Amino acid sequence: MSEVKLKLGIPGKYEERVVTLPEGEPKPYDADSKLSVVGSRHPRLDGFAKVTGQAKYAHDIRLPDMLYAALLSCPHPHARVKSLDTSAAENMPGVKAVVAAADQHVRFAGQYVAAVAAETLEQAERACRAIKVDYEPLPFVVDLEEARQPGAPKVFDNRDSNVRAADPTERGNLAEGFAAADAVVEATYKTQVQTHACMETHGLVAHWEAPDKLKVWSSTQGTFAARDNLARRFELGAENVEVITEYMGGGFGSKLGLRDFESAAVELARKAGRPVHLMVDRKFEHLSTGNRPNSVQVMKAGCTKDGKVTAWQVDSYGTSGIGGGAGVANPSVYDFPAVRKTSADVYTNAGPGCPMRAPGHPQGIFAVESMMDELAYKIGMDPVEFRRKNNSHPIRDAEFELGMKAIGWERRNQTPGAGPGPLHRGIGVASGRWSNVGERRNSRIQVRVAIHPDGGVEVENGAQDLGTGTRTIVGLLAAEELGLPVEALTVKIGHTSYPYGPASGGSSTAPGLAPTVRKAALLARRRLFEVVAPALQAQPEQLECRDGKITVVSDPGKTMDWKRACGLLGTTPINELATRSDNFDGWQAEAAGVQFAEVEVDVETGRVRVLKVVVVQDCGTVLDRLTAESQVIGAVIQGISYALLEDRILDRTTGVMVNPNLEQYKIAGSWDMPEIEAIMYDAAIGYNNAGVNGLGEPPVTPTAAAIANAVYNAAGLRMRELPITPWRVLAADAARRGGRS
Amino acid sequence: MTTPFTYLEPAGLADASRLARQEGAMLKAGGIDLLDEMKEGLVAPEKVVRLSALKGMDRIEVKNGKLRIGALVTLATVAAHKQVREHARILAAAAGQAATPQIRNAATVGGNLCQRPRCWYYRHEDFPCRKKGGDQCFAETGENRYHAIFAADGPCHIVHPSALGTALAALGGQILVFDGQKSRSVAVEQFFALPSVDVTRENVLQPGEIIEAVEIPSAKGKKSAYHKQRERLAADWPLAEVAVVYEVKNGAADGVRLVLGHAAPIPWRCPTAESYLSGKKIDAGAAAEAARLAMAAAAPLAQNEYKVPLFTVLIARALMAAEKGEPA
Repeated sequence: MSEVKLKLGIPGKYEERVVTLPEGEPKPYDADSKLSVVGSRHPRLDGFAKVTGQAKYAHDIRLPDMLYAALLSCPHPHARVKSLDTSAAENMPGVKAVVAAADQHVRFAGQYVAAVAAETLEQAERACRAIKVDYEPLPFVVDLEEARQPGAPKVFDNRDSNVRAADPTERGNLAEGFAAADAVVEATYKTQVQTHACMETHGLVAHWEAPDKLKVWSSTQGTFAARDNLARRFELGAENVEVITEYMGGGFGSKLGLRDFESAAVELARKAGRPVHLMVDRKFEHLSTGNRPNSVQVMKAGCTKDGKVTAWQVDSYGTSGIGGGAGVANPSVYDFPAVRKTSADVYTNAGPGCPMRAPGHPQGIFAVESMMDELAYKIGMDPVEFRRKNNSHPIRDAEFELGMKAIGWERRNQTPGAGPGPLHRGIGVASGRWSNVGERRNSRIQVRVAIHPDGGVEVENGAQDLGTGTRTIVGLLAAEELGLPVEALTVKIGHTSYPYGPASGGSSTAPGLAPTVRKAALLARRRLFEVVAPALQAQPEQLECRDGKITVVSDPGKTMDWKRACGLLGTTPINELATRSDNFDGWQAEAAGVQFAEVEVDVETGRVRVLKVVVVQDCGTVLDRLTAESQVIGAVIQGISYALLEDRILDRTTGVMVNPNLEQYKIAGSWDMPEIEAIMYDAAIGYNNAGVNGLGEPPVTPTAAAIANAVYNAAGLRMRELPITPWRVLAADAARRGGRS
Repeated sequence: MTTPFTYLEPAGLADASRLARQEGAMLKAGGIDLLDEMKEGLVAPEKVVRLSALKGMDRIEVKNGKLRIGALVTLATVAAHKQVREHARILAAAAGQAATPQIRNAATVGGNLCQRPRCWYYRHEDFPCRKKGGDQCFAETGENRYHAIFAADGPCHIVHPSALGTALAALGGQILVFDGQKSRSVAVEQFFALPSVDVTRENVLQPGEIIEAVEIPSAKGKKSAYHKQRERLAADWPLAEVAVVYEVKNGAADGVRLVLGHAAPIPWRCPTAESYLSGKKIDAGAAAEAARLAMAAAAPLAQNEYKVPLFTVLIARALMAAEKGEPA
């Protein structure tokens, strides 16, 4: 144990902290750290491999004798499988194995009921259609409001109703809060179901190397979770299951567990005695692999005329289909003195929701930040000033300043909707939040660093790269400790034969891995210094490594280049395994971000164009400025798409999704993209030795709200329902003019 | 899902027509729409007749004041071609804004005119709708935000997807149809057919008939405009599409052809608005009144009422853009 003094905070608000660290822990990054590689703008180490097609995704795996699997889905939203006859399918050309789902009670249209493996995908698909299933259709409900009604068809027979309410929460005195308010707004906000729409659909390639030895190339967010799930499901020792995810094409939270249809592919491989390739098609991806639940948020809030929110009331409900977890992050971002909240999950006969990039947050913050805007306009206060009066986060407060400057906040409409002609421009603001400094599930994370006698360095951790640039930041952190260019290192990730790594959920990968990489690299460096010190006639602690050289700090003439130094190892490489240390107390564990959107609204056609989005976002230490900005930009793209376009549409009469494709399930394309300015706000936050907070999720949380608020500032139309489509804008405009709505 | 098929290479147009008459045969030009339909399991041709190699059908020429575009010319070529831009600029605009660059480089004029509707019930194998021989139109009581606001008696409420169809109807184009022995010329309005004629088809082509070319009277010197509104700026079908062509005689509009796309199961002409405009100087007032007249007979479904104000403004804007000579 040792004590170190750290300078944490942001310019103008630094604090000195003394923290106690376990033995072997590197000195945490703080405001005075001088970093050369970490925090630079470094292109992704695997960018070239990805854009040239050299990178092999699970989709790309081709093994000798490999079969292809296809899935049969139920066309009914609710049915019992009376009988399932696979005999005709089994006799079709090329078919090698057929399996049926264990669950004979189907609760949504698209649910997997059987799978076929054949020599070609076409043969497997044709054989699926030859499976004879006799369904007994049952009453169903897909509409959120209908499902809440007494007497609605029940999704689960063993429940009293489709509504599962959470315990209400209350803090402060709501009645007093409203009594103290000078202005009160009541409004209902609604958000839609969004699907993850991963570029690489779900699936895996399963290969039984022996009857008790399984190797799987999986498109997963959690290599080790997948391994453990497979081991349990197929009653194998974890040591006999190998999961490989060297590259993956997006998950957004939907690839955290092993799915029944993925197990089916592994079962097919066992039955057929040959490797099986299953990557689901786009339709199945939309229907069955998860989604962001919808929400209805019935709200009432009050504030004083000088801008302090005094009372906040929200009753929310939403459907996660046959799943749970439709709760919303409302209230969020701000601290209010009096809050009452109720929320409920409503079951419907639709595909199960699952975690999606900041679960509960984009929908909750859309309502929170819309309501904040409505209150600000109601009392005639600058919307940024109003937010700052209710914000207690020092980073967010500083970010507002930067954001206002970058967007040109003074250009906003003083009178929303004013001005002649159909085209109106305006600017809106919203704040986001998230928090993951790596405390929760990362205690077992380990990283191995090897230094070879020929000078080569390997950095190993078995976690996958969800697409955020994990490989690159691991390389940069190790390069920083070893004083080498990152290109001199070999980073090995995405394989369960490497040391244990985290699942990429909750923005936990970087805060889990970064401090462990530093620690392993430091241990390896110390071992190398012990070997090199005698040759430089110095003590190990007198050495430093920088620019590919090991040098005596006090006597720079005594120096040795990296390769020669490693040669002193003889034949034995250095091999250091570090385990992640517990977090220590830091400065700000919650990541803050603000976003400003500028839009143009055509009130005659209802078309909303986003012209510019400015993001100011903190994530503690910025490990690679380029990949960090790229994550922010990607989040904004997804946020714009959520705000204006994406919508899973279930046919009200049949319960079947009518847009299970990428044609009518509309995702914003390059032409819809505005200029996106990502400003990373550097903060020294502590908590872990790299001072890293998660970044994958926070920047997606406020985008839709910022756009809706910009539409109001532009056109004077308050859009309380997502997506903000032309017909909703036209209806809002008609309602304002007193016409039909 | 695709099923096995025999790929047939015709020796010429007559041979293609003969092969197409065989049981289970379908024609393929660019293949964009056919492959979509095969993958969804909507069609499973046993024989696919490849048209792409046919000689002479990928030419564009101007003769006797008429622009002739072969059926195998790609949308990308239509969009970029100097003579198309000169004689039928709204056709170039319609072709250039359709779909995506990849599709425009493969999709053909003939294929664009013959493509099947994008109605999500039609395109989904689990909906046995009237167009597929079933006995109901799911859009009538279902999700109909993108469906037709005209021809309310159905019995099918698709909107015709062809951007070229809308522009060609406004240009007064003719479609040259080869019947196996000879070609006949069909006016664009006679080519497309309402569901009340035959709900399973969108045009008058008989088995074995093939579009050979389209012919367009030169619109050089005429006023014209093509406007559309999409949710996405690219790779999206229009919510509403307007094409207008007219001449100016003595300062007033003459021979006005105003056609709406994504409004009805066929490119939808607006005769009342057209006759109102004839002989009038087109200004903001006249444009607004014409738009109102064009929408007077609209009968929207439960979710597409927004199309009425949307078309109203697009028609007025298109007329004013044409009058001012703005780029198509």
